[in-house]
Amino acid sequence: MKIRNIIADLKIYSRNYMRSNTAIFFVFIFPLVLMLLFGSIFSGSTTSAVPLYVQNMDNSGNMSNTFIETLNSTHFVDIHMIPDNVNIQAYISQHSITAALYIPSNFSSSYNTGNHVSLVYYNNPAVSTSSVAQQAISVTVELFNSHFASQNQTIAVASTSVTTHAASYVDFMIPGLIGLVILTSPMFSMTYIVSSYKKEKIFRQLSLTPLTRSEWFLSKFVWYLFISALSAIMIIAVGVLLFHSSISLNIYVVPFLAIGVFMFTSLGILAGSVSKSEESASVIGNIITFPMMFLSGTFFPIEIMPTWLQSIAHVLPLYYIIDGLNSITIYSNFNSATLDFIVSVAVAAVIFALSVYSFRWKEE
Amino acid sequence: MDAITADDVHKSYGSIKAVDGISFKVQKGEVYSFLGPNGAGKTTTVEMLEGLRKADRGEIRVLGEEPWHEASKLGRTVGVMPQDFRFIERITSREAIRYYCSLFSVRDKTKELLSLVDLEEVQNVQFQNLSGGQKQKLGICLALINDPELIFLDEPTTGLDPKARRKIWDLIRKLKDEGKTVILTTHYLEEAEMLADRVAIMDHGKIIAEGSPGEIINRMGKGRKLTVPYGEKLQEYLSKDLKLDCNRTGDSISVSIHSNKDVINILDFAEKNGIELTSLSLKEDTLEDIFVDLIAEKEGTS
Ligand SMILES: Nc1ncnc2c1ncn2[C@@H]1O[C@H](COP(=O)(O)OP(=O)(O)OP(=O)(O)O)[C@@H](O)[C@H]1O
Ligand SMILES: [Mg+2]
Repeated sequence: MKIRNIIADLKIYSRNYMRSNTAIFFVFIFPLVLMLLFGSIFSGSTTSAVPLYVQNMDNSGNMSNTFIETLNSTHFVDIHMIPDNVNIQAYISQHSITAALYIPSNFSSSYNTGNHVSLVYYNNPAVSTSSVAQQAISVTVELFNSHFASQNQTIAVASTSVTTHAASYVDFMIPGLIGLVILTSPMFSMTYIVSSYKKEKIFRQLSLTPLTRSEWFLSKFVWYLFISALSAIMIIAVGVLLFHSSISLNIYVVPFLAIGVFMFTSLGILAGSVSKSEESASVIGNIITFPMMFLSGTFFPIEIMPTWLQSIAHVLPLYYIIDGLNSITIYSNFNSATLDFIVSVAVAAVIFALSVYSFRWKEE
Repeated sequence: MDAITADDVHKSYGSIKAVDGISFKVQKGEVYSFLGPNGAGKTTTVEMLEGLRKADRGEIRVLGEEPWHEASKLGRTVGVMPQDFRFIERITSREAIRYYCSLFSVRDKTKELLSLVDLEEVQNVQFQNLSGGQKQKLGICLALINDPELIFLDEPTTGLDPKARRKIWDLIRKLKDEGKTVILTTHYLEEAEMLADRVAIMDHGKIIAEGSPGEIINRMGKGRKLTVPYGEKLQEYLSKDLKLDCNRTGDSISVSIHSNKDVINILDFAEKNGIELTSLSLKEDTLEDIFVDLIAEKEGTS
């Protein structure tokens, strides 16, 4: 492996690439157009009820159930239950929850005997909706406390900050579009390049030079990593500046970018290698690319899709890239991101092995 | 020493026997030319020598190596200009040559190579916009980047204008003077006759004649031919009295003569009988005549 060869090939390839308008369109213009389009359609919409997660540890009495029902009847919150056998803090970070209420096991007994009891409200004060949930809780607590003539605060609420925050549509769109670029920029070009180089016998021509297949592959990988990164920076900049997205940027985006580009550069080579002609290569490329483009959480979170479609999404490699990017940029949930990364590496390794096997520079 | 040896080499594409058991040797420093009609198997043969195709059967050695498996090793000492050369579409000739120079780790030869084949004027034109002949010239440049000791040129002059063809001829002569071995495929018989030390005439995957152009002409040529205007009396004299092989085409008769004596007899006869010889020509068979005869013979028998 010679760096010199990789650089020489990178020079030639990037020149050829930059002279093609369609390639530039797909990497820079297309995501921007989608972003402006979807961003302006959805950025105005807000959900009416604020999600509030409740963990009720009190299963001895029924006061806690009455409390939750009352809370629900305010219509300010949309209540979801957290199972009582989990650690609430861990659950909050795993599920990127921005507002949760903890009801201790002695709630009913304390309330019935007029003893002091404390609830814990976990929330991210930076998220605007968290105060809505807080209001709903205060109102309910006051209602319960007013039962006692003494007016002493039997129920108190302790607030605890959590750093998770709810995502807006644009926040979802940014990792989604980055995923789209990671997918389409190497996939479309590589399928085309490999099938047309094969037809024009350019690979055969290259096989007569000291350039090796792995050097050629690496130069493509470096190039697509570079332009995908540029495109990602553009997408983030537009999202933050134009749509006031609050996604958190961090260095862990880079490994996802790298493994994604590696995966789809390999997949493009594989699709181009197995097809007999340029036409069939483009058909195979589209069959692989389009479902992935729509079902992996690129344009909307997959949670809003029917469950059967969601299970399809789970077998698409791009899903894990986008889910990982979501976990990092929106939820700061690194456990989930790590899992996504491991899955992506495994899938990429399989695709790479298949592409190495099928990618030949000369036919017998 | 032999630059190339091939022994009983076969190659089929499905049911088509493209190369059907050929054997030959090429010495170092030789210009060796493959001739043959379209589809004879020339390109297939040359590609097996270049390591671009795998022979089904038979033994090939190029500079001592087995080319299919040692292609990358051979790539450093061998230059290849394929028939129908293609390159990356939006790359210019200058960039392509630079690219090859850095891959082969040689100094930048862009200028000298471009001028060698007269490509300076279009050095900044993208490959896809070059004319057919210009593309081919770039192919020749790329074959010479690594200063190879063995060069394969598959129809290098097909489609070139007369001036460009002469330049390529000069180039081949120059390569030969430098002691390089050249494998040349061509459809122009005068080109092979002029440049090649030895030629191999191929047809239907077989070598049907091999040797220096002179040898082939001596061995297979039908000697000298005298062409005279047609006349009944003259024709009778030629075939009956001199017992020569005559062939009438239109207004003339072409006679295969055995010696100068035949010519003198014919002239004498014409003089005595008052036959006006309005045209008269004496010509030796060229490689082309033999080529046409050989291929026609084959077609006739098969
Ligand atoms: N890749 C291929 N697949 C199938 N058949 C092929 C292939 N390449 C060549 N052939 C067949 O093999 C035979 C020999 O072809 P080849 O290209 O060697 O001929 P050639 O002598 O170079 O002809 P030309 O003078 O037209 O260049 C032809 O009948 C051709 O159809
Ligand atoms: Mg040919």
